[in-house]
Amino acid sequence: MLEVLIFATLNGLVTGLLLFMLASGLTLIFSMMGVLNFAHASFYMLGAYFAFSISQYLGFWAGLIFAPLIVGSVGALVERYGLRRVHKSGHVAELVFTFGLAFLVEEAIQFIWGRDTKNYQSPDILDFPLFTLFGQEFSAYRGFMIAISLGIFICLYRVLTRSRIGIIIQAAITHPNTVANLGHNVPLIFMGVFGVGTALAGLAGVIAGPVLTTFPGMAAVLGSIVFVIVVIGGLGSLAGAFIASLLIGLLQSYAIASDVGMPELLNLIGVSFESSHPLNDLWTLTLPQVAPILPFLLLVLVLIFRPTGLLGKREE
Amino acid sequence: MLEVSNLHAYYGKSHILQGVNFNVQKGEIVSLLGRNGVGRSTTVKTIMGEVAPQGSIKFKGLEIAGKESFEIAHLGLGYVPENRDIFPSLTVRQNLILGMKSTQTQGRWTIDEMFRMFPNLGERADVEGGVLSGGEQQMLCMCRTLMGDPDMIMIDEPTEGLAPKIVEQVANLLQEIARRGVAILLVEQKLSIALKISHRLYVMGHGKIVYEGTADSLMGEDAVRAEWLEV
Repeated sequence: MLEVLIFATLNGLVTGLLLFMLASGLTLIFSMMGVLNFAHASFYMLGAYFAFSISQYLGFWAGLIFAPLIVGSVGALVERYGLRRVHKSGHVAELVFTFGLAFLVEEAIQFIWGRDTKNYQSPDILDFPLFTLFGQEFSAYRGFMIAISLGIFICLYRVLTRSRIGIIIQAAITHPNTVANLGHNVPLIFMGVFGVGTALAGLAGVIAGPVLTTFPGMAAVLGSIVFVIVVIGGLGSLAGAFIASLLIGLLQSYAIASDVGMPELLNLIGVSFESSHPLNDLWTLTLPQVAPILPFLLLVLVLIFRPTGLLGKREE
Repeated sequence: MLEVSNLHAYYGKSHILQGVNFNVQKGEIVSLLGRNGVGRSTTVKTIMGEVAPQGSIKFKGLEIAGKESFEIAHLGLGYVPENRDIFPSLTVRQNLILGMKSTQTQGRWTIDEMFRMFPNLGERADVEGGVLSGGEQQMLCMCRTLMGDPDMIMIDEPTEGLAPKIVEQVANLLQEIARRGVAILLVEQKLSIALKISHRLYVMGHGKIVYEGTADSLMGEDAVRAEWLEV
């Protein structure tokens, strides 16, 4: 039991921190522009594919460095020449633009790299068990994923709260006109934050690609969950996104690792159903089976009981 | 320093500024007076690039009409908005740091100097701006703009809602700013502070300048005050 709990926690941390890398960029971009970037997970997918191609020639580590930089540059250009122009036409136009961009990226990836799953591998140097507990191994690569994600979180937090540029970004999110009147180039700041946000998504793709497989549907797998995280955490709240990412990562991981069925849970509260009941199939589901819908269930509960999200603030 | 000629501005189809002409010289305190809704705030917002201008706005000899707000600020024109607009979740010190255009060059004002001039702000340097009183927020907003080392500042209704003692502090600060060679365009509805510190003043009505003179000359123009200023 303890073994399951420890490994479920570690795997939950890996998933949660990975989700945070995606959610942090998305929530920052939403705070600034007031638009949910539906193409955000596409940048995550681009990161994995760019890293895969780079790793073919220069190895994994070059991909880890260059792929997020390329994705961030693409993101900055998308903001500069796409979103900024569409912004004048309102939020609906922006949403349609990001929807279209998501389709475009997916089609482009299939056109360039094909529909098959890519053999994107983690580096040999990390191909060993970091530790063995209760006879079960925890791979060094997963430990590396945790270290990278935590490192990014700490850097991001320090930059945003301690540095001058972080102060300018925080102020530009809520008072862009005032910040511009003080002599700061707000459009450039927005482009930079969009670039960094998409680079973080790209980095998530680079490190997730070898574990979660690199295929043209990988954006769709995480895309909807990232939106759930941003809403649960509170739109625009970085700390909220961090808590929600870990919450969902751990929730899913515990659900998958548990071997509990609905009948056992219902029995705990004294409810049982005959096997002939028309909804028998529903009552006999196991927790691992319902794990994928748990984030959405949590989303519904948060929207009912705390519509602003865990750390979101109600708009004045 | 600032030369505004035949300035027009629109909000949608409403023609707000209908040919505004005025100027401010180096080190001068010039007031722009008038009742609510005559276009005083729109004038400074238009100069600052927040509202699309038509006409000519020259600052230090350069045409700035149509430039972005941050470019205008970089040329040395500061703006203290009417709503104060401090950053409530940032500390007093962070608000002041935000006013600096660069950390590389030292301007006429330093954070320590601001804290010496306004001990209240110094004592609350690490307190979030949102919890300051209205007067402290006004001081912080003015100090923040000064941290950018402007050659001229435009201040919109700095005494609005402030206690008489704080209004006096604002007047003293404005005079100190002018002493250091910074020109001031003071936008006010009330005459008290404007008459006390202005070298020259303009009165606006219906989107135009309707009177230009000094504090003394305005006091001798009962008809002008009755028609354009008194409520």
